[in-house]
Amino acid sequence: MAFLALRSLSKVFGDFAAVRDVDLGVEKGEFVSLLGPSGCGKTTTLQMIAGLAEPTAGTILLDGRDITNEKPNKRGLGIVFQSYALFPHMSVAENVAFGLEMRGVNRAEREARVKAMLQLVRLSEMAERYPRQLSGGQRQRVAIARALVIAPPVLLLDEPLSNLDAKLREEMQFELSRIQRSTGTTTIMVTHDQSEALSISDRVVVMEAGRMTQIDAPFHLYENPANAFISSFVGKMNRLEGQMRGGAAVIAGITLPCAPAGLSEGTAATFTIRPEKIALCAAGQGLIDGTITSRFFLGNTWLMQVETLAGSLAVSLPNQGEEPPRPGSPVALDWPASALRVEEGG
Amino acid sequence: MNRRVTPWPLVGPATLMFFGLVVVPLTLTVILSFHGYNHTTGIENRFTLTHYQAILSDSYFLGIFWRTLRIAALTTVICAAIGVPEAYVLARMRDPWRSVFLLVIIGPLLVSVVVRAFGWSMLLGSTGLVNQAFMAVGLPTTRLLYTETAIVIALVHVMLPFMVIPVWTSLQKLDPAVEAAALTLGASPFTTLRRIVLPQVTMGMLSGSLIVFGLSASAFAIPGLLGGRRLKMAATLVYDEYMHELNWPLGATIAILVLVANLVIMLAYNHAVEARMRRTMG
Repeated sequence: MAFLALRSLSKVFGDFAAVRDVDLGVEKGEFVSLLGPSGCGKTTTLQMIAGLAEPTAGTILLDGRDITNEKPNKRGLGIVFQSYALFPHMSVAENVAFGLEMRGVNRAEREARVKAMLQLVRLSEMAERYPRQLSGGQRQRVAIARALVIAPPVLLLDEPLSNLDAKLREEMQFELSRIQRSTGTTTIMVTHDQSEALSISDRVVVMEAGRMTQIDAPFHLYENPANAFISSFVGKMNRLEGQMRGGAAVIAGITLPCAPAGLSEGTAATFTIRPEKIALCAAGQGLIDGTITSRFFLGNTWLMQVETLAGSLAVSLPNQGEEPPRPGSPVALDWPASALRVEEGG
Repeated sequence: MNRRVTPWPLVGPATLMFFGLVVVPLTLTVILSFHGYNHTTGIENRFTLTHYQAILSDSYFLGIFWRTLRIAALTTVICAAIGVPEAYVLARMRDPWRSVFLLVIIGPLLVSVVVRAFGWSMLLGSTGLVNQAFMAVGLPTTRLLYTETAIVIALVHVMLPFMVIPVWTSLQKLDPAVEAAALTLGASPFTTLRRIVLPQVTMGMLSGSLIVFGLSASAFAIPGLLGGRRLKMAATLVYDEYMHELNWPLGATIAILVLVANLVIMLAYNHAVEARMRRTMG
C-alpha cells in the first residue's frame, strides 16, 4: 500500500466542489507534483493533507494510519507555504528550531540539528539574521529547512518557487531536488508551472476542475497527454482536424504520415504534433510546403509560425548558430510519422 | 511654485494651530506656575518656587499623584487584557459581522463622556442595577460609586477602543499562513497565540497602551463624576485649585508636574519597548 493515500477525497464549498473524488497513492521517498491552473483544487488538496482544510468526504491515510480528522499540529507534516510564512520576530535559527522546540527536543540536540539543516540548505552564515534581512531565495530555503528539520514523513510544498524571479527559480528547482534527494523525504508539490513540475518530479498529477485527470512520469506525461487540455497545458501543441484514411492522416485533402491509431477508416479525428518535432527544410523537399509568417527568437530556440495548406503550424527550432529563413520565405516541413498523433480522449 | 517655498503654506495652518493652542498656553502655564499667590491679594508678580516645594513636600498632593498613576496604570493593564483578545476575535471575524462589531466597539466614542459617566453612576449607585443584582443573588450591597473601582471601570469602558483599534490594525498586517505554519510545526493554538501572534502585535499594544495611559492619567469627567469630591485625581485637583481655591499658580504647577511625569513615563515605556522591537522587527 502507498505511503500516503488519498481515497475519494472531496471538498465542497457551498455548491462549488473544489476537489472531487480524488484518489492518489504516493510512495515513500517519491516527489509528486500536483499541476494545474489556478482554481483546479490543487492547493485545497494540499491543505487537506496538511490538515488546514477539512475534507467534505473521503479519507487520508499516512503509512496505513487514518489521519483524516487529525489536527494539523498532531500530523507532523512539513509544509512550505507560498508566502514562506516565516516568523518575522525570530532569527533564522529560531525559526528553524521552532518545530523541534514544540516537540520538546533538548537544547543541545536542537542546536545540532538546526546547524546541520542550515548547512544542508547552505545558510549556515545566516543563522542569526532575521527574515527581513534575507533575499527571497534565502527566505525560501529557511522555510524548507524549518519544514524539514522535524524530519516529517511528508513534505508539502505550496507553489514554493512562484515568488522568485526566473533565474532564481531555475536554480531553486535543482536546489529543491538536491535537498529532497539527500533527505529522501516523500514530497508533494503544488504548482501551476509545467516546467517546474516536469523538471523535478518523479510523477506529475494533472488536476482540472477539482479532478485528477492524469498521473504519470514527466516524460510520459509530455509525450502522451491524456486529453486536449493536458496537451496544451503541458508544453505547446499544434492541432489539426482531419480524418484517418489508409493508416495516414488526411488533413484539408493532404495526406500526411502519422502514428498508427486504432481508428476505423474515415473517422474524423484531431491530430496533434509538438512544435519541436517538426523540422524545417527547403521548399518541395518535405512532407508539406508552407510560408513562414512570423518568427520569434527565444535565445536557445526559434519559434516560427508556418502557414501551410493543412493549417498554421508552430515550429520550434533549436538555435544552432545560424539564422533561419525570414518571414515570407517558402519552406517545407518534415517530421517522423510517429510525431503526428491522434489526440486521445477527444 | 518654487520647491523651497511650497512646504511653508502647506505646514502653515498646522503650525499656527500648534503654536496657538499648545505652545502659547503651555508657556503661559509654565510662567504662571512661578508666580506668587496671596489669599487676600491674589496672584503676585514675583518669581517663586514655593508652589513646587509645597506640592513635592505635601503628602496630600503626592497621594493624589500616586492615585492618578495607579488608576491610569491599572486601566491600561485591564484595557490590554480585554482589548487584545477582543481585537484578535475581531480580526478573525468575517464581514458583515466584523463591521458590525467594529461599530459596537467604536460606538461608545460617539456618546459624550459626561453622559457615559452618569450612566455608570446610575448603574453603580447604592440602589443601582449592580447592587440590585447583588441583592437578588443574596450578596450584601457594596459601595461602588465614589470608589477607585468605579473610576477604573468607567475609564476602561471609555478607553477600550483606543486599545482595540491599534492592536486590530497590527493584526490585519499578519500573514494568516504564519499561524498555520506554527500549527503544522506542532504548536498548540494557545502556544501559537503566545509565541507567534502576540509578539507581532507588540507595536499595536505599545501605541494602544500609550494612548490609554495618557488619556487616563489626564481624565477629568470620569474621576470628577464617579470619584466624587473626596477621591481626586490630578485633573480634578487642577480644576479645584483654579476654580474653588482660585490659586491659579498652584493649579498651574500641578498641571506642569503631571505633564512632566506623564511625559517621562510614556517616553521611558516607549523607549524600552521600541528598543526591543527594533532589534527583531526592524
